[in-house]
Parts: sequence; C-alpha cells; structure tokens
Amino acid sequence: MDKQRRKFLKIAGATALAGIGAPALVRLSASNALASEHEHGAAEGHAAEAAHGAPVEEAPQGVRLGMVIDMRKISEQPELLDGAIAACIDAHNIPQFDNRKSEIKWIWKAPFENVFTGESSYHLAKTVKETDFAVLCNHCDDPPCVRACPTQATFKVKANGIVAMDFHRCIGCRFCMAACPYGARSFNWQDPRPYIKKYNKDFPSRMRGVVEKCNFCGERLALGQEPACVEACKGTGAIVFGDLNDAQSEIRQLLDKEFTIQRNPSLGTKPSVFYIV
Amino acid sequence: MYNKGTIIPGLIIFVLFVTFPIWFNGLKAATVPKPELPPGGEKKCVESVEYMRANHMQLLNEWRDNVLRDGNRTVVTVDGKDYRKGLQLACMQCHSNKEKFCDSCHTYAAVKPYCWDCHLSPKEAVSKEETH
Amino acid sequence: MIEKTLKGKPAYWIWLAFLGMFMAVGVACYARQYLFGLGMTGMSRDVSWGLYISQFTFLVGVAAGGVMLVLPYYVHDFKAFGKITILGEFLAIGAITMCLLFIMADLGQPTRALNVVFHPTPHSMLFYDMIVLNGYLFLNILCGWVILTAERKQVHPPKWIYFFVYLSIPFAVSIHTVTAMLYCGLPGRHFWLSAIIAPRFLASAFAAGPALIIIACLILKRVANFDAGKKAMDKLVTIIMYAALLNTFFVFLEVFVGYYSNIPGHKHSIEYLFFGLEHHGHVYNNLVPFMWTSVVLNFGALGLFAWPYARKKNEFLLGLSCVMIFIALWIDKGLGFVFAGFVPNPLDEITEYIPTANELGITLGIWATGFFVVTLLYKIAVGVEHEIEE
Repeated sequence: MDKQRRKFLKIAGATALAGIGAPALVRLSASNALASEHEHGAAEGHAAEAAHGAPVEEAPQGVRLGMVIDMRKISEQPELLDGAIAACIDAHNIPQFDNRKSEIKWIWKAPFENVFTGESSYHLAKTVKETDFAVLCNHCDDPPCVRACPTQATFKVKANGIVAMDFHRCIGCRFCMAACPYGARSFNWQDPRPYIKKYNKDFPSRMRGVVEKCNFCGERLALGQEPACVEACKGTGAIVFGDLNDAQSEIRQLLDKEFTIQRNPSLGTKPSVFYIV
Repeated sequence: MYNKGTIIPGLIIFVLFVTFPIWFNGLKAATVPKPELPPGGEKKCVESVEYMRANHMQLLNEWRDNVLRDGNRTVVTVDGKDYRKGLQLACMQCHSNKEKFCDSCHTYAAVKPYCWDCHLSPKEAVSKEETH
Repeated sequence: MIEKTLKGKPAYWIWLAFLGMFMAVGVACYARQYLFGLGMTGMSRDVSWGLYISQFTFLVGVAAGGVMLVLPYYVHDFKAFGKITILGEFLAIGAITMCLLFIMADLGQPTRALNVVFHPTPHSMLFYDMIVLNGYLFLNILCGWVILTAERKQVHPPKWIYFFVYLSIPFAVSIHTVTAMLYCGLPGRHFWLSAIIAPRFLASAFAAGPALIIIACLILKRVANFDAGKKAMDKLVTIIMYAALLNTFFVFLEVFVGYYSNIPGHKHSIEYLFFGLEHHGHVYNNLVPFMWTSVVLNFGALGLFAWPYARKKNEFLLGLSCVMIFIALWIDKGLGFVFAGFVPNPLDEITEYIPTANELGITLGIWATGFFVVTLLYKIAVGVEHEIEE
C-alpha cells in the first residue's frame, strides 16, 4: 500500500511539473513508459526505424500472439466466417442489437474497400470484391488505444501481447474509440443483458457504460484452447493463430511462405493480424 | 427565549427527521442474516470463514488483477478440487444460490456491489442456456 | 463578499430563476441518462463523442480566453483592464465548471471518474487535461478572490498572489493546448491529425472569450450601472479581431492542405462539413447549413469590427458583432470540429450524428449552470466595484 502511494506521489509530482509546460519532461515520461513496455532491445528497433523512415518490427522478444486470416479459403467457404462470428458471440455473451447505433462487434464482416482503406480497390479481383473480410481488433504491438486510455483499463498484456480490457476499471470516456484507427471498439450505450441471446455461464456479460472489443480469447487460451473463431474454422486453415515471435510456430511458417497484408501499417501501430488475399 | 414558537417545533421536526430510520423500523433491528452454506455440502473455502467474511472483496479484487492484468490464472485447489480464479468460475460453483448467500448479507448491510452487473449468477446463467 | 449575491433587483432574481429552470430540466434529463445509459443520446458506435465533448472543447477555449485580460494587465501593465480583469477570471471559473460538468455528463461510468487519479497514466493526454483544468480552475478562484478582497479593502494585493497570477498565464495556454492534443495525436483520424489544431484552438479561444466579456460588459452597463471604460473595450475589440483573423487563416490553411494535396483522408471531413459527402448514392450533409452560417457570421463580424463607427460609436453594432463572432466560433469548434472528425469512420462508412432531446436538455442545463455561476460571480465583482465608488 505504502509503496503504491509513494509511486503515485512520484508520478503525480513528475507530471505536475511536466504539465506546467516543459514538453521535454512530457517526452521523457512518455519514452519511459514505452521503454518499460518493451523492456529491452527497443533501442535497436528505434534505430532501424529512423534509418528506413518506416516502422520496422522489433527483434522478437517474449510471446506476441497474432493471427493470419486466409481470405482465399473464406471466399471459397464464406460460411466459415459466419461460424467463427457465431462462435465468438456465444463464447463472449455479445449482445445483438438490430440498430447500427448501439452495435457491439468483436469480429465481423466488411468488404475489402472498407477494411483496407489505404489500399486501392480500383479494378479489384472479382473474388476479393465479392468476399466479405473478417474484421477484428488487430492487437497492435504499439496500440494507440492503450496510449489514450486515462486509467489503464485497456492495456497490453506483457506475457503475450494481447491488448486487453479491464471492464472493472473503464470509466467510459471513449477516448480509446477515438484513438483506434481500425474501428475495433464498441461501447455499451445501454444495459446489454436483454440483448444477449444465449449465456455462456463461464464468461461475464458487460455492463452499460464500458467499452469492449476482441480479447483474443484470453480466457480460452488459459485453458489451453484455441480462440473461439479459430476453433470454429478448425481443419480448414482459414484462421491460423499463434506466436509471431516463435520461428517454429505454424503461424510463422505460414507467414514465411505466403504474402500477407496488414490493415493500415503506415500508422505505425504494428498490427498482429495478417491477411492472405 | 426568542421565537419560542418556531424554534421548539423546528427542533422537534429535526430530531424526528434525523431519527427516522430508528422509529420507522419500530425500534428493532432487522434480524442478522444467516447466509446459506453450500448446498453441495462443501465444507472448506479457499480461506478461513473469518478471513472470507472480512476480506472476500479484497480477495476478489486480487483475483481480478491476477487474471486480467498479470496473466496469472493459476488454479486454486481446495480439498483436492481445482477451481479457476473468478466469481463465476470459483465462488458460485459451491455457493450456487446468490440470493441466499450473497444477497442476504449485502441487503442487510445495504451494500450494492456491482459484481452482478456483469457476472452471471448461476440462476441468471441458466435463464438463457446454450441450446446446442 | 458572498452576501452580495443575496441582494438584488427583481430582474436579477428573475434571471436566476430563468436559469434555474433550465438547470432543473438538465438535472431531470441527466437522471434519465444516468439510469438508462448514454444510449439516451444520439451518439453511436461510429460517432462516439457528441455534443458533450464538443461543448467541453469549446468552453475550454472560453476559459482560456480570460488570459487575454490577465496578460495585458499584469504583464504589460495595461491599466485600462484594471476594472475588468476580474471579469475574465470569473468567466474562466464559470467556463471550467461547465467543462467539468460536460465531462461528467459524457462518462459511461461517472461514479468511477476518480480512477483517473487512482491509476495515474502519464501517457494519456486526458490525464494532463485533468491536471491543467483543475489547476486553472483553482488558480482563477484563488487569484480572483484574493485580488477582489484586497480591492474591497482598498489595499494592495499581497505579493505572493502575483506568483499565482503569472502561473495562470501558461496554465491558460496549456489547458487549450492539451485539449487540442486529445485530438491531434490520434492516428487514423485525419481531420484532427494536424499540428495546427492547437494554435487554431488558441486563436479561436482568444476571440470567443473576450467577445463574451464584451457582451457581458455591455449588459452590465445597462443592468448594473457598471462601465468597463471605452479604452478597455477598444483594446478588447482589437484582440478579438486579430484572434478571429488568425483563426480564419488557420481554417483556410486546413482547407488548402486538404484540397490541394487531394488526399482523400485530408479532404473528406472538410467536404462533409461544407458541401456534404456523397457515399453510395446518398449525400450526408447535416452540418452544411451550420458551417455556412458560421462562415457568414465570421466574415460579417470581421467586417463590422473593421468599421470604426460600429466598433466605437454604436454599442448595439458592437454587441451584435461580438454575438456573431461568438456563434460563428461556437459552430466551428463547438459543433463542426468534433463531429466531422468521426466522418467517415475508420472503415470509410458514414454515420451522422443528431443529438436527442434528452441530450439537448442536459447540454442546456449545463450551459445554464455556467451562466448561473458567472452571474453570481459578476454580481459580487460589480457589488465590490460599487462599494469602492461610494
């Protein structure tokens, strides 16, 4: 307790100083926060970034969970994506609203031109044009939502790189929704319970006034299970999940073999979700 | 005394108002609740009865931070049985009747924990059961 | 000094009752929102900030505008502002009160607001916003009160207060800079991702705040026999004029960058604001009439300010031009800036935002609360002024 208070006082003192108008101090505390997130090896990454002028992925360290979505397979069997979405809804007690205004979405479908807004959709291949893409939280390596959150209610899990939510702490300011460049976050504009079709008794629902999004099934991973959407596509290889930092993992083998794209990589967020188109 | 006519009735009204909860309940305290013991007959909890009675809320907060923030989802073993940390995953497995266990004391103490805004009581959970 | 708020002419009480009525409506509407959730508003998954945050943004500017009186008076020893500096400080108190109320109204879980303090997060701009807003509120209450008390006793204010007076100057700049940083540091929101947002905010703030003070002075002259003095008013008009011109210039730069670069992301929001955005055969143009009203009022007011007769000889025209510039800037920053940032959304879809009646009730209630606070404070300030004159 005492230690926490001391820590709080330290941070509050330092930031009060910074707030008076020394931008240098702001930078200092911000880079400190970053440094503690990346622990070591960050320096190399930054150096590389400066040299090439474009964001470069850092040398692997620890576990970084990621996903490859093979849209070739989904365009052949679109029902795979429907199954994945339904599995997610069941696993996480996601309410189903019939109006666009209140929608809660963790993984959903959208056309290529909406998902890859930075890419050209001029004379798009017919299959790509006609297939709905899977959209979900990118679990960025450098997530803007985490930077924006004033209470650390959304944060990066150090052990696996998942961008997680603590619904107990969220104050519902929706700064993260403005910050997310992928539109991955939903807000509970009202009590979601009446709109939940079926309950998964092992998972909570949410309350009104908090933000939610895909959690890469952290609760299922703890039981040694795959994420619900991955399991729903089992055997087809439509969605592959694993550690991006492990050269031997299935996902890395796939990434080494296939050409993949990420959503809006120019923003420097380093998304962990890849698409094979 | 000046303004006797207003001060004394005023004082009486004030005293009556302040003591409202006492005389409204007919001068007797509500009976102390007896939370129901686990219907399944489990005798041991994760901590002693005294500890749980005083500190269950701190323990739940600790579990919450363990699971959500620290990625520490180690199971808790009681009497050879494993429980995953969590209100729904551990507590309610034995104390399956929220109304007779949790609510009985919380109502008596007039506290409204927000746990149940998100966490499903066993009764609530089966109200919209998986059908497949 | 507080006792001065308890004595007044019938018009004073009628005005307070009038505001009180709106405050009561606001409380009732907020109770509904509190019980149901923010679904009571017109906000949506796509436009996740609405009227509350946009009013907050605008009012931070009004609060910061007070520094345009403090700075000339205390730093440049511009004596003519001596009588009205207190009005700037008290206006800032009212404006920040509204800001804090708007933030509370906007939170999904208002009872957890203190989490921002319990879990301080130096990488979030909202954390700094909390510090500077509360700091500025505290500084204005302190400085306003100490200096007014000294004035009443007709003694010099204590020396130590000047430290806080000077400190309040960078704080005024910082409240609006940090508020701009809430927006301009977000990747993927092209309309906000612009380094000119902070200067533009400050420019419009330094026009809107003093405009409101001129309006207040003109009203006080009629209802409370309080004369701010010709020289002070003239100087204020000059400040408003230059600030409004700078703001117009900055907005023009944004339009130029968007249209000349022809980068869709930079262009879309501006197009949405001024011409409407066509999308799948439907034109989304809710804000177009508002934005053109803003443009017309802005240039109209600038024209009036430039006309010496209107500026110096005719109080009605002076008041009118101040009202015009205030409304123009309110539309520009208090509506357009925030709403357009969400159009189109990150998936290039368009959802328009229309506030609900309940939301408008809360918004009006908070504005009324701000005016209520400012009225009481001005009553004190003017009361003290009259006391000295006697």
